[in-house]
Amino acid sequence: MAIVNLSNVTYKYPLTDSPALQNISLQVEEGEFVAVIGPNGAGKSTLCYTLAGFVPHFFKGELTGTVEVDGKDLHKATLNDWVLNVGLAFQNPFNQISGAKYTVFEELAFGLENIGIPPQEMKTRVHEAMKLTGISDLADRSPYSLSGGQQQRVALTSILVMQPRVLVLDEPTSQMDPIGTREVFGVIRTMAERGMTVILVEHKVEWIAQFADRVIALHEGQLLLEGTPSQVLTSDLLPEKGFGISRYTSVAREAQKRGLWKEEKLPVTLDEAVDGFIPLSPRMRGQG
Amino acid sequence: MKIEVSDLQFTYPTGVQALQGIALSIESGEQVAIVGQNGAGKTTLVKHFNGLLQPTSGRVLIGDWNAREHSVARLAKRVGYVFQNPDEQLFSRNVGIEVAFGPRNLGFSDDQVQALVNDALAMTELSDKTETNPYDLSAAWRKMVALASIIAMNTDIVIFDEPTTGQDAVNVRRIANVIKILRERGRTVITITHDIDFCAENFDRVIALSQGKILLDGKASEVLGQEEILATTYVDPPQLTRLGKRLGLKETVRNQEEFLDGL
Repeated sequence: MAIVNLSNVTYKYPLTDSPALQNISLQVEEGEFVAVIGPNGAGKSTLCYTLAGFVPHFFKGELTGTVEVDGKDLHKATLNDWVLNVGLAFQNPFNQISGAKYTVFEELAFGLENIGIPPQEMKTRVHEAMKLTGISDLADRSPYSLSGGQQQRVALTSILVMQPRVLVLDEPTSQMDPIGTREVFGVIRTMAERGMTVILVEHKVEWIAQFADRVIALHEGQLLLEGTPSQVLTSDLLPEKGFGISRYTSVAREAQKRGLWKEEKLPVTLDEAVDGFIPLSPRMRGQG
Repeated sequence: MKIEVSDLQFTYPTGVQALQGIALSIESGEQVAIVGQNGAGKTTLVKHFNGLLQPTSGRVLIGDWNAREHSVARLAKRVGYVFQNPDEQLFSRNVGIEVAFGPRNLGFSDDQVQALVNDALAMTELSDKTETNPYDLSAAWRKMVALASIIAMNTDIVIFDEPTTGQDAVNVRRIANVIKILRERGRTVITITHDIDFCAENFDRVIALSQGKILLDGKASEVLGQEEILATTYVDPPQLTRLGKRLGLKETVRNQEEFLDGL
């Protein structure tokens, strides 16, 4: 059964004329890992805010259509109840840090304090979450003394510790180096395998291809494409509409024009590209 | 204008030794990318070029100036620095005023300021947005305003800190185009980036930092092929470089043309 259910969702921010989201319908199954891609201004962050209830409860504006999580209707819910089910890590981690706590450990316990979790359980949960995201060594640091990549890990951890059923992540690795990115994708995958539903906005398509179950492409507030990572990420529509694509896909598309790529499907990942190009390589022609 | 760094050490008040003996020189007009893991010292290093940080020991020369002996305001004539987060540097009520702020402070005449502003706005494709409040623009366009406001200062050296973070493919192309124009004008461009594909496609020279030291420094085609060494500073080679390697291509390839030629 779908845990997230959006039906004909249209949303306008206050004082704006054109909708940021237009007629979006989307179902996400429990434990599914869905990636959302799109150029700047496509509505990706607005979709995150809507899933997390900030639209319309915080941003106001005009929301039509149905947004349901676990059968509950967003229009009827309060934000206090909604956040118990859905956790959002913001695009800019700086916006998420409370400013009320002196250490990373306290920062991570902040949400749990607010929902009245007993201290012993709170400590256990914070320690487990820090271990999972690899930030145990940051426990006593000030959240403001951290690098961008470290702050992003703290922001993600502060959501994981709440154990929401639906995890919404808005570019959680934008300030991380490649190894950090790989580790965070691994953590997110693990959470999905444990039954957490994940909706992730991300530009790094090579990672999406390896980790996500499904990809949604948004463009100018509308749903442009939806399907498996391979279907969506190799679509000819993406480069036309200003989406970033994998270099493996673009080089194979060019090679296809020159008759050098013989596979039916274009590659998204390194392994797929190697498989398709290997017959042409010096190694196979005995020159390597 | 040449940058010359010798035996640069920097220790933060917290005791973290962020730079542990950096020596490098960057010639006038070079395009250099600085890569390396979070905490490697990339931002700490470039903040010495415009005086935001001062060496604990060692020396930084910007042309004939010792950076230690000049204020940040004075170094701003020679070195422009675009912050990672545009929101940390934008404050004016419209784009035109924002972009004029820098050159006006450097003492250019009104006519010169206008010419520099027009040029910077054209380069960043902002000419139709001069009357707009920067905070009414999307994050992508605010990034371009941040770029324009530094370019208008007409410095010989321009530093970009993570210019492509959070940018879509269209805006990454715009930023690459700005770098290309600066290259044609003979400016020195230094860019910190985690976007290794962007690095491969736009820079001739790559410096890899690790734990406050220089790990690799050389031509992009040489540095980006060093998969094992780069891995120690958490950098993966560019996608097409990795593909070329797996296929056994002889040369290190950096972009689509090189790859297809190499096949």
